[in-house]
Amino acid sequence: MTSQNCKKYLFWFANEHVDFRLPEITSIASLFNINIRWLEKPNQHPYWVVELPSEKAARQIASRSVGLRSCMELWAQAKTEEELHKNVRSYPMELMKPYFKPDLSFKISVETFCNRQSQAEKVTKIESFSYLPLEGPVKLNDPDVCLQLLEYYGLDSNHIPEKPYNLFFGRWCLLQIADGQRDVITKLSLKTRKFIGNTSMDPQLSLYMANQALVRNGDLVLDPFVGTGSLLVAASHFGGYVLGSDIDFLMLHGKTRPTRIQQKKHRDKDESVRSNMQQYGKDNQYLDVIVADASLPLWRPSFKLDCIITDPPYGIREATERIGSTKNYQISDHHLVGHIPSKVEYGLQQIYQDLFQFAAQHLKMGGRLVCWIPVVRDDYSEDKLPMHPCFHLVANSEQALTTYTSRHLLTLEKVQDPQMEYTGSHVNALMRDFRAKFFHYGEEHRKQRKLRKALAREAYMQAISQREEDDGNCVGQNEDRDSSSSER
Amino acid sequence: MKLLTHNMLTSKCLKGVNVGYPLGIVAKDVKVLETEFNSEFVSRIIPKLDWDTLWNAADSIGHAGDLPRAVCDDYENDVEFLKKVHHVLVEVEVIEGELVCPESGRKFSINKGIPNMLLNEDEL
Repeated sequence: MTSQNCKKYLFWFANEHVDFRLPEITSIASLFNINIRWLEKPNQHPYWVVELPSEKAARQIASRSVGLRSCMELWAQAKTEEELHKNVRSYPMELMKPYFKPDLSFKISVETFCNRQSQAEKVTKIESFSYLPLEGPVKLNDPDVCLQLLEYYGLDSNHIPEKPYNLFFGRWCLLQIADGQRDVITKLSLKTRKFIGNTSMDPQLSLYMANQALVRNGDLVLDPFVGTGSLLVAASHFGGYVLGSDIDFLMLHGKTRPTRIQQKKHRDKDESVRSNMQQYGKDNQYLDVIVADASLPLWRPSFKLDCIITDPPYGIREATERIGSTKNYQISDHHLVGHIPSKVEYGLQQIYQDLFQFAAQHLKMGGRLVCWIPVVRDDYSEDKLPMHPCFHLVANSEQALTTYTSRHLLTLEKVQDPQMEYTGSHVNALMRDFRAKFFHYGEEHRKQRKLRKALAREAYMQAISQREEDDGNCVGQNEDRDSSSSER
Repeated sequence: MKLLTHNMLTSKCLKGVNVGYPLGIVAKDVKVLETEFNSEFVSRIIPKLDWDTLWNAADSIGHAGDLPRAVCDDYENDVEFLKKVHHVLVEVEVIEGELVCPESGRKFSINKGIPNMLLNEDEL
């Protein structure tokens, strides 16, 4: 079949962010140098069958992946129960026997995806495997070996078939929940985080970004639009040492209005990016945050970062600004103290141009820039994305924002040093006017909704008056009808 | 602000400034906080540092200690050396103070450990 060491594994994914799965697994595989072979093209199903060189590879992937719920060494798969048992019986005994030893406790569990099962059904299914020569004792809590039957009933909970579409049987590789990363999502939840804001990224997506950026232990990671530091929290989880910058002085000092729905009018005295890092025990990986304008040079040219992970402002929920003024004047000395510099709009196109140029200069060779980019769906096509000659586009995943806009997570890998002044000709019309379009479509949408409501109201009033007319015609037949009804 | 960060910052954003490095430090409040040592991190940072700037910056705030004036050979395996570097890089923090542009003398303040590199409109 295949080389002797490679075995089949089944990856089981959480049923969300489907578009992000393949890039994440691919990034993690490259991080650990794992040769992964897809046995079927990855698709919408929450399960994938792959070939891996070893179980260690499966554990390594599970140690990083946020989308992966579990992983099993696949012994058999089939479309019917009968066929499944046939395939289980023909799986090489020498590969199964090591797990049947008398000193290993075991349990067989049954999972039905998108369907329920009664306890009786479950027990019947478990007993159908009694032909397996398991010699150890049954242990339901934390056994040494966990065998699993997985039945897949599709993705539509409104149309559940009688019989499962696919059945899988094998041995769970992740013996403890801690082997996977799903519980990290809860641990880093924004609900319990010390310092959040309008644009704090949810833990799952921020961890995806850190995986896409290939953050390794000891890496230097920067977020030039750091905000509340949610991306840095994720980077530190994978061992990154983090730096951030942001133009918003009040934000970084934890002095903006709180965004949590709560009674408090002010933030706690110690809310900051650093306090978030401290909350998760990563204070030793916190380097610094700086109040600075990302469009201006700040770092010395030879300063090289391992990763840049960021979510630039789209100009919707927060302003896109940089220092500047349309006026030309000198600020007199006595005004200087306490002067808050005025800002001008920092166009989205310009933001990405500057970001790409910055990344080309300050990333190590092979380092990655991972950033979101908002698009108007009708306008979008991949060839319209801003590009830069120093980067190779490794991945591009979409997340819907509204009916007409979405954002794309771009993973860009630096493949060459900047040769000359980048003119930004690659950053094109896709970025232009995003904010205007966002509000324009929003306005159109609102107008249409208003119109629809007005029409519905009119139709309703007509129906009422029609009914009253009809009622009025019946008055003669029903003498105790309230005469005031026709006046309504 | 840690001295690692200081080692990388410039005032090049200012109009008329050519290099803007290294920035001078005027420290009003310096804290020393013991932090977990990661030899891998320190070893990888050392080649990125401007060593003289690091030593001078540490010295200017009175925290050079016994940090050598030059990087020793085979530093990756010299744990004692790495620990000294670790101390100066990330355990010493300027909480209140100023960064000074070497060409224009313009000062950038540091409050609660966060440097403010924002310019006024007429300085661009």
